Amino acid sequence: MTEPTASDAMRRKTRRFMIAAFAAAIAAFLVIAYGGISKNLVYYWTPTDLHAAGNKAYGATIRLGGMVAPHSVKGRNGVSGLEFDVKDATGIVHVKSSGVPPQMFRENIGVVVEGTMTRSGYFQCNRLMVSHNNEYRAPKAGHAVNKEELQKLMKSTEGLKD
Amino acid sequence: MRVDNNRFPRLPWIILGLGILFLAIGSYIGLFVAPPEALMGQVQRIMYVHVPTAWNALLAMTFAFVCAVIFLFKSDWKWDARMEAAIEVGVVLAFLLCCQGAIWAKPTWGVWWDWDPRLTTTAVLLFAFLGILALRKFVDDPARRAIWSAVATIIAYVDVPIVYYSVRWWNSLHQLQSSPSTVSRQFWLPLRMNAFGILFLMTAFIMLRARVASMRLEQELVPPPVGESV
Repeated sequence: MTEPTASDAMRRKTRRFMIAAFAAAIAAFLVIAYGGISKNLVYYWTPTDLHAAGNKAYGATIRLGGMVAPHSVKGRNGVSGLEFDVKDATGIVHVKSSGVPPQMFRENIGVVVEGTMTRSGYFQCNRLMVSHNNEYRAPKAGHAVNKEELQKLMKSTEGLKD
Repeated sequence: MRVDNNRFPRLPWIILGLGILFLAIGSYIGLFVAPPEALMGQVQRIMYVHVPTAWNALLAMTFAFVCAVIFLFKSDWKWDARMEAAIEVGVVLAFLLCCQGAIWAKPTWGVWWDWDPRLTTTAVLLFAFLGILALRKFVDDPARRAIWSAVATIIAYVDVPIVYYSVRWWNSLHQLQSSPSTVSRQFWLPLRMNAFGILFLMTAFIMLRARVASMRLEQELVPPPVGESV
């Protein structure tokens, strides 16, 4: 006959591995969660961060994230290039972008722009991304999404030229 | 040697049927009954598969982690087979998750992909578990394969809470987790139906795949016949 499901020797061995695996996993988790990686790894700077960075902001490729300030969008039709302000609670940065923005782009929506801060005081954007928040709302009565808006949304898949 | 993952032979097929039913009804409601989202319009409907896929991918990885722990604790081969099944199904779900996410991202964010913390940690998760599957293919000795891949699974699982918290710990392009208060009531039903639909499909696939793994293990664990040199 074969052995039962597991010999005691095997079990002792696998349990040692279990303890070692847990030790490694917990250590890894603690390092990532509390080791300051969340402070050192930054996906984007807010306008406030960008101002605080001073000279480091010039020339380097950075991502800037914030809200599109209301009434700041100019050149929406792509004739003269797109300009808008990105703001957070305490800072504001003027952004110039070439290319057509994603259809979701509008005032008061979150954006992440990739590019660099110029000495002339504006942010030159090479890549514009719109971020949607975690709210999903049904359209209010009388303001159904119309066909035209839909077609625009479909077209937007062409997005920005890289 | 018996590796029994087949105590209820018909159960996975029943669960599979339920999964298809739930997914069909949920997707029908999601596509034709629920209204389009106010800002995103029709594209938002991909949420009804994207979010359930995300939940279930993390759940499959969690089950793989549980299997790894139980295998190492009890040295019971049944749990090695289940772990193999859970990782495989989890990897498929994680891959689908990235594809659905990209399809949703292009019309809303304007890009297919970006190295945002949520997307990056999810990609790490996908490749870590894909790596464990590769490891299992390379090791022929079933005991070593089981122990190593269980240890690797426990360590790789660390990424699951990081994926979950990534949107809170870091600035990200990906939105925060939604909650019932941030999602209109009309969107709840298809989301929940599909969540259960994919949960059932996943459960059935893991059960069936664990059977296949058990049958292979039974063959691998047959002791060499007495009197024959190895």
